[in-house]
Amino acid sequence: MSTAVELLANREYKYGFTTDIETETIAKGLSEDTVRLISRKKNEPEWLLNFRLKAYRHWLTMKLPDNWANFHYPNIDFQNISYYSAPKQKAKKQSLDEVDPELLRTFEKLGIPLTEQKMLANVAVDAVFDSVSVATTYKKKLLEAGVIFCSFTEAVADYPELIQKYLGSVVPSSDNYYAALNAAVFSDGSFVFIPKGVKCPMELSTYFRINTQDSGQFERTLIVAEEGGYVAYNEGCTAPQFDTNQLHAAVVELVALDNSEIKYSTVQNWYAGDESGKGGIYNFVTKRGACRGRNSKISWTQVETGSAITWKYPSVILQGDNSIGEFYSVALTNNAQVADTGTKMIHLGKNTKSTIISKGISAGKSNNSYRGLVKVMPKAEGARNYTQCDSMLIGQSCEANTFPYIEVMNSSAKVEHEATTSKISEEQLFYLQQRGLSQEDSVSLIINGFCKEVFKELPMEYAVEAQKLLGLKLEGSVG
Amino acid sequence: MTEGLVKETIYGNFFKETLSNIQPEWLKDLREKSFAVFTAKGFPTLKDEDWKYTNLAQLVREQFTIRKNENIDAKKISQLFSETENENRVVFANGIFNAELTNISDLPEGARVLNLGEAVEDETFGVTVREHLGKFVNAETNGFTALNTAFLNEGVFIFIAKNTRVETPIHIAFVADGEAASFPRVLVVAERGSEVTLIESYLRTGEAKYFTNSIIEIVLADDAKLKHTRVQRESHAAFHVTTTAASLNRASVYDSTNITLGARLSRHDINVKFNAEGAEAFVDGLYLVSEEQHADTHSVIDHAVPNCVSHQNYKGIVDEKARAVFNGKVFVRENASGTDAQQSNKNLLLSNDARVDTKPQLEIFNDDVKCAHGATVGQLEEEELFYLLSRGLNEDLARNLLTYGFAEEIINKIEIESIKKQLDEAVLNRLHANLEA
Repeated sequence: MSTAVELLANREYKYGFTTDIETETIAKGLSEDTVRLISRKKNEPEWLLNFRLKAYRHWLTMKLPDNWANFHYPNIDFQNISYYSAPKQKAKKQSLDEVDPELLRTFEKLGIPLTEQKMLANVAVDAVFDSVSVATTYKKKLLEAGVIFCSFTEAVADYPELIQKYLGSVVPSSDNYYAALNAAVFSDGSFVFIPKGVKCPMELSTYFRINTQDSGQFERTLIVAEEGGYVAYNEGCTAPQFDTNQLHAAVVELVALDNSEIKYSTVQNWYAGDESGKGGIYNFVTKRGACRGRNSKISWTQVETGSAITWKYPSVILQGDNSIGEFYSVALTNNAQVADTGTKMIHLGKNTKSTIISKGISAGKSNNSYRGLVKVMPKAEGARNYTQCDSMLIGQSCEANTFPYIEVMNSSAKVEHEATTSKISEEQLFYLQQRGLSQEDSVSLIINGFCKEVFKELPMEYAVEAQKLLGLKLEGSVG
Repeated sequence: MTEGLVKETIYGNFFKETLSNIQPEWLKDLREKSFAVFTAKGFPTLKDEDWKYTNLAQLVREQFTIRKNENIDAKKISQLFSETENENRVVFANGIFNAELTNISDLPEGARVLNLGEAVEDETFGVTVREHLGKFVNAETNGFTALNTAFLNEGVFIFIAKNTRVETPIHIAFVADGEAASFPRVLVVAERGSEVTLIESYLRTGEAKYFTNSIIEIVLADDAKLKHTRVQRESHAAFHVTTTAASLNRASVYDSTNITLGARLSRHDINVKFNAEGAEAFVDGLYLVSEEQHADTHSVIDHAVPNCVSHQNYKGIVDEKARAVFNGKVFVRENASGTDAQQSNKNLLLSNDARVDTKPQLEIFNDDVKCAHGATVGQLEEEELFYLLSRGLNEDLARNLLTYGFAEEIINKIEIESIKKQLDEAVLNRLHANLEA
């Protein structure tokens, strides 16, 4: 095996283009004035400014922990980032026709036919272009059901009491370095509220996209499901190709009350840098859900294929009795990519259950780590966890690591962890090829089989996209 | 008392006292350097990732006397050993070699057991000691390895010559009699094609508070085979910190079984490194703790070369307010194709105040490997318990039987009858078994 697969892996980033669109970007640098300026630009109320300032002041006291990771990452100059960038916007738009045609063309290039989605996909799309939400569809239909789905900025204006109640309640602004930074300078994001007893009539979806060179994007997403509510939320990402590194430090908070369920899916395919690791996005994200109510459920599914460095540990705090946390992940790294991802399941309530299925695929010279924590607190009677993390290595220079932390303080708890490491065997490839499949298709088929348990958790369109993405990403790396 | 003061008064003063007599020069240098490392580093804290679950505050506060050889109770110590067992016995009391209790009469020609202090200056073995000592455990790893190396004086040097088969096991016993700190050191050099069984035990005459800080270095030449049984039965007030390092050459086999029963706080670091192809290592263990005991095991298995096999099976039984920590690292380096590494850590948590922190960790840099690890934390199966109850066993007995069954896999690996019997008793007694009832 050789060149065919190498060719595949080295395919250029398909979505690498920038959109020529007029944007309003504030000067680089971070200070209290920057925070005030962002807040003023967004016409925020006093309490939100105070929230930001408090976070900023705390951030100043924090230090980046050193040497915790098993890879090196460059220092980030936080003064060399522009913290706000919005497409110039006139009045609020009532329909897609009013949206800047250049912007719409970008989405089309990405294969997101926003205009068609209304009719075809039955998905409401809150497209975030850089930092400000420009178009929201299906809003009316959702409102009829009582579901609030809007940009964070709108939510602050329209539903301040909900935001005040839940903002920072799962990920406190002092939680970690990047969460504090996000709380200080976050630009926009999505807000979803599912009221009592409502099952969201459609799957919600947001496309994030980083544009504008050197502008870090600090998204803030908050999803609240009241008693008996249900929502499935999908997030997919692509970013244009740039040479300078871009920082993305998002915060996602989920709150699930009694008997409610939140399903959060992500496909992440940001620019990973070139073969030597130059450029690419730094994806430092804090995602956490709180199963506050009895019988509540939070499920994270992620397909991570992009970014130069990914740090991401979507977690669930299982407070309510009988609550359930799930984490399904496929992380694929190639070339010089680094993915350090996993989850934390904190069992507090009785009979809480968690499932972790993690599939890591590393190729090229990449570094792919599962880092997870399962913690059973003394009062979590009958807690149950099952963890499976499998790694697949492709080639001689990549790295696959597993760092599972298991802390059990209750004797009725059952915790199981298992992990395996494998490669694509010559026999498997030979078998498929003698059945007439090309080498590429064979690899793709094997990889998809490896990831099946995770893909089946994704909405169908996403699963299809994800499968294609893996094939694309791995082109050329088996050989 | 602060940590700095302890270093000054206890270890520092003692170190100054002993330094003048150290021979030869290279050893003096090594010890001085190690003491400087200890002074600079001190003991690890919870902020060190490798010590994150083990709080040493209590140990750091203690002031131990360092040497206490005068009034040891030889008779009491001799009662700790089985009279029927056929073994070569080397006894250290409070870390000091005890000639009176030592009996190494049953060694073949080619096998030598020497006091490390003598071996260093020995005409024949001095060079070998110098070649290997401190090469497998870096004194600079942490405060404990530094401290042991700084006080490197008492210990054993075991040398098994080429193709020598030692039929009768060599038993090195470290016995604590009263309160003291001891820093024993063992170096085992097994030459090509040799075979030996090593027993390393930690015993005590009473329930005193003391501190054992030992290092065992083992080097296996090509085709050498070493069976290593380690039984730690320190007093429940004692502190015990040990590092075992084994360096494996071509087609050598290292089979170790590590039993942890004693100590208030124990920490065992076990490092196995493969240096040449075809070697195989078994690193198994059982920790059985209750009351307020804390048992920490950290293992590193380093597949630095192709085609080596490692098996690791650790089991833990944690009762009452005890706490167990397991951290098993397996490295598969970039060129180590054909590696087969299996690791398992299973824990029985018998009380709600007990705690287990386990982290089986894999770091793999090669795609041509077979690696798997697993960890579980759970309790006795209700169904199994029910079955035994339905057969007329009372509940205590049924629980004990199942618990024993859980541990049996490891205990059965031990071939030395007297130790196995002691273990059987220890396991069943610890679990308040009442077999007669």
